[in-house]
Amino acid sequence: MADHAQTPHGQATGEQGTRRDFLFLTAASVTAFGAASAVWPFVSSMNPSKDVLALSSIEVDVGQVAEGQAITVKWRGKPVFIRHRTAAEIAEAVKDDGADMKDPQKDEVRAQKPEFLVLVGVCTHLGCIPLGQKDAEPKGQFGGWYCPCHGSMYDTSGRIRKGPAPLNLEVPAYQYVSDTVVKIG
Amino acid sequence: MAANFKNPVVRWIDHRLPVFTFLHHEANEYPTPKNLSYWWNFGSLAGFMLMVMMASGIFLAMQYTPHVDYAFNSVERMMRDVNYGWLLRYIHMNGASMFFVVVYVHMFRGLYFGSYKAPRELLWQIGVVILLLMMATAFMGYVLPWGQMSFWGATVITNLFSALPVVGEHIVTLLWGGFSVDNPTLNRFFSLHYLLPFVLLGVVVLHVVALHRFGSNNPIGIDTKGPQDTIPFHPYYTVKDMFGLGVFMIFYAYWVFYAPVTLGDPVNFVPANPLSTPEHIVPEWYFLPFYAILRSIPDKLLGVIAMFASILVLFVLPWLDRSPVRSGRYRPAFKWFFWMLVFDCVILTICGKSPPDWIWSPFAFSISPDVGQVGISIIAMGQLATTYYFGYFLVVLPLLSIFERALPVPLSISRPVLGAGGSHAAIAQSPKPMEKL
Repeated sequence: MADHAQTPHGQATGEQGTRRDFLFLTAASVTAFGAASAVWPFVSSMNPSKDVLALSSIEVDVGQVAEGQAITVKWRGKPVFIRHRTAAEIAEAVKDDGADMKDPQKDEVRAQKPEFLVLVGVCTHLGCIPLGQKDAEPKGQFGGWYCPCHGSMYDTSGRIRKGPAPLNLEVPAYQYVSDTVVKIG
Repeated sequence: MAANFKNPVVRWIDHRLPVFTFLHHEANEYPTPKNLSYWWNFGSLAGFMLMVMMASGIFLAMQYTPHVDYAFNSVERMMRDVNYGWLLRYIHMNGASMFFVVVYVHMFRGLYFGSYKAPRELLWQIGVVILLLMMATAFMGYVLPWGQMSFWGATVITNLFSALPVVGEHIVTLLWGGFSVDNPTLNRFFSLHYLLPFVLLGVVVLHVVALHRFGSNNPIGIDTKGPQDTIPFHPYYTVKDMFGLGVFMIFYAYWVFYAPVTLGDPVNFVPANPLSTPEHIVPEWYFLPFYAILRSIPDKLLGVIAMFASILVLFVLPWLDRSPVRSGRYRPAFKWFFWMLVFDCVILTICGKSPPDWIWSPFAFSISPDVGQVGISIIAMGQLATTYYFGYFLVVLPLLSIFERALPVPLSISRPVLGAGGSHAAIAQSPKPMEKL
């Protein structure tokens, strides 16, 4: 190293940074910040756009659904199961509250009104749509839903009881805007 | 010679896949004339623009629907609903203009400093291929938003091929995939607009390979004669390119953020209507000179031929200009004709933009439809400018090659750069041009 502290090119002895180091670091940080700011809009453009978000809630009149019947509505491109449970089904779900489950949850927290169960109809394993909405479809050993892809079985509360799925069927955010109209999302 | 990399991971990879050796050879070892001016920034800027266009285009394609019923609305949805969609679109729209700006400067640089001359003829020709690919890509990209100018621009340009005798009509039907510009046309244009930039990228690689064979030309236009005339590309020109990029980005950002639609035609914000042609059909500014050449020939077929010839003539340019002196700096007469060509292209641009029956009054600085005015009609001016355009390449350059007396050219790059040589004559008399200074 040179004897003197700084050459015209800014080389310095010892620990102290040089003016060149300073310029280099400042330029590099500004560049990095600029590059990150430039990338941001590109990545952001791939997130849901305003028109997609605008369609993110729906209202459903559940008064039309007879007891024992179930309907499927589309919400955010996914099926939502709404089942009008019979008293027997509710009783069975409540009875099983203490059973050995992967994702223990009481039935009362899964339905705002016990007779209407509202669930996102997507298997929590790998995203297939479980069967069980129609009478002719298999409902699995627990009387709820049966996923044909990998054999997951859900009970009458939509809780996972058997099979590879790790979680219960998701309960979407919803509220009753009137006695029979549910707003999902 | 393989570089000695310190990083063991780099060494491990390089031993099996010598990418780092390649980069080191093409950047750190690549000798570049040390006297390159800022005119030599525009090649890398063009490369940068290609990257920007591909990146923004890929993201736009994620939002775009290539169907006549949805295309216009999908573009408007980008502008209103997609996060930063307006930004991506303005980057892409103005990016096309910026790409042409830097490429045109890059080409005029080559024209002035004789970069097309031996041994760089093929490098130049590959560049012309790049220009043609850019034009095709830009044209098809302009059709995609499916506005009025998209539709009628596509109609007019594809109809050019109908000028061909016998097969013309069949070729146009083939291009359209129907009996007018319609959904099949839009679909194939989208497909090709996505494909061609990758073809372009391949040709750019060839362009760079051809460049690295003999290295850059330089403002003096003489060959480098040894290490004393060159500096490594990296870090010297990478840092200079970065600085130029910063300045250029300010220019580019001005358009994107402050004048995003100024360079475009407002008519294209009206959805395409196949039943109604807009009053004036004008291409984007970068096509105006060629459009003016097309319109200045009264015959349909000859007009089309002239338009294509105005670009094809560039392919044979290296053999039209036989002067052994490359740089315009040492060609006193050539200089004048060169700057007249630049001016001529500006005139052609104005002609292409103006309705052909209008009158240009040079003293009033106005272009107006008033036929009673003293002045020259746009069509006549276009014809004059077209004549000079071809005259420059086909008459002026061959004649200059014979009659022009060039100034003495320095014997080495080092001398004038380091200030050792005062007048050119003194340099020419230097007994040892290659001596190290």
